[in-house]
Amino acid sequence: MNKLKLATVWLGGCSGCHMSFLDLDEWLIDLAAKVELVYSPLADIKEYPEGVDLVLVEGAVANEDNLELIKKVRDRSSILVSFGDCAVTGNVTAMRNPVGEPESFLQRCYLEAADIQNQIPHEPGIVPTLLDRVLPVHHIVDVDVYLPGCPPNADRIRAALEMLLRGEVSRLTGESIRFG
Amino acid sequence: MVVKTLTINDRLISARESETILEAARDADIHIPTLCHLEGVSDIGACRLCLVEIAGSSQLQPACVTKVAEGMEIQTNSERLQKYRRMIIEMLFAEGNHICAVCVANGNCELQDLAVEMGMDSVSLTYQFPQRTVDLSHERFGIDHNRCVLCTRCVRVCDEIEGAHTWDMAGRGHSSHVITDLNQPWGTADSCTSCGKCLMACPTGAIFSQGSTVGEMSKERSKLEFITIARKKGEWVSR
Ligand code: SF4
Ligand code: SF4
Ligand code: SF4
Ligand code: FES
Repeated sequence: MNKLKLATVWLGGCSGCHMSFLDLDEWLIDLAAKVELVYSPLADIKEYPEGVDLVLVEGAVANEDNLELIKKVRDRSSILVSFGDCAVTGNVTAMRNPVGEPESFLQRCYLEAADIQNQIPHEPGIVPTLLDRVLPVHHIVDVDVYLPGCPPNADRIRAALEMLLRGEVSRLTGESIRFG
Repeated sequence: MVVKTLTINDRLISARESETILEAARDADIHIPTLCHLEGVSDIGACRLCLVEIAGSSQLQPACVTKVAEGMEIQTNSERLQKYRRMIIEMLFAEGNHICAVCVANGNCELQDLAVEMGMDSVSLTYQFPQRTVDLSHERFGIDHNRCVLCTRCVRVCDEIEGAHTWDMAGRGHSSHVITDLNQPWGTADSCTSCGKCLMACPTGAIFSQGSTVGEMSKERSKLEFITIARKKGEWVSR
């Protein structure tokens, strides 16, 4: 039997959605029997592969690395799930947007509000350049299923994955779409 | 008392002539979503969530300010209405800065509840990310304009129930916002009696008690209902 190729991606988020994914506890063993994890921050795989069946994307699109990766992810995956509030709405990651251009809030956070070693991080090639605005994933690429929550709790994630593993791709409704 | 007969969602009901469609529907246990409506204060028909279809009229009517009439045929939950309602909620989310995960009202918010009810799993409109302020000058309460949906429930409850008229609206369009007294910090607004009615009336996390953190701000709507309904029923002794 060909196992479903599952990937998880971490963009501009706190990794809380991935922590919540790990909260699936022993169900992860059942899941592992049904899927092959082909890319994830939880696995040491450098390049996002071709032919991914299902991908969970945590985090908003906040910098140039995120932007490049999400386009690649969309191109190479059949079903893309916007996973958690940062991916779905921008959430906490997008709280910088009202402050304005990256320059103004970097100054605010790293110079004015810092107590020690006040300096703006600058390591070209290592620290990616920030985009002018943080955007939810679906404002950049098409999204198939939205799974909100900050983070979506394990029950929500499981319900969504069970639906997707049955081959159904439909909008979630009811309490499973409550933000926050 | 003149009684009118009408149908709501093909169900025959009777209502008093003075009633609005919303009141008649609620008496018959038919749910119509609302946001700017608050039991016990006047209605202004601002949020448009309660729009209904009335046979013979191409225009949708807000149920909270439209009176019943004989023979009216009303639909409250057509596909078209569901679509509009979802669009209204999306607009409210896109227009302010709603970050439920860090909001005092998370899990106790009428706007969030409406989003769930309308099946809003995401916002298709472009987020505006406006620059708005927070006023913490009042010693007991605070207002975060990022979460204000401009329903004016605070304005009406403070004016009509408390009689203080501390709140008002200022600005137009994008820059509309609620103000206290002469557009001054709430803490310096002399007319405010610190009664807390605006806090209880506010459907979102915009007005909150100082010191409450994420998800802690559950509004004691029952207290407010007690006061407003007692007044409606004439249970208050007039002098
Ligand atoms: S006011 Fe309601 S919708 Fe807005 S952030 Fe708070 S909980 Fe979310
Ligand atoms: S606390 Fe009472 S008096 Fe003060 S603004 Fe609110 S409703 Fe008005
Ligand atoms: S502060 Fe609250 S009650 Fe007042 S207009 Fe804004 S959302 Fe409505
Ligand atoms: S509740 Fe009727 S318009 Fe807001």
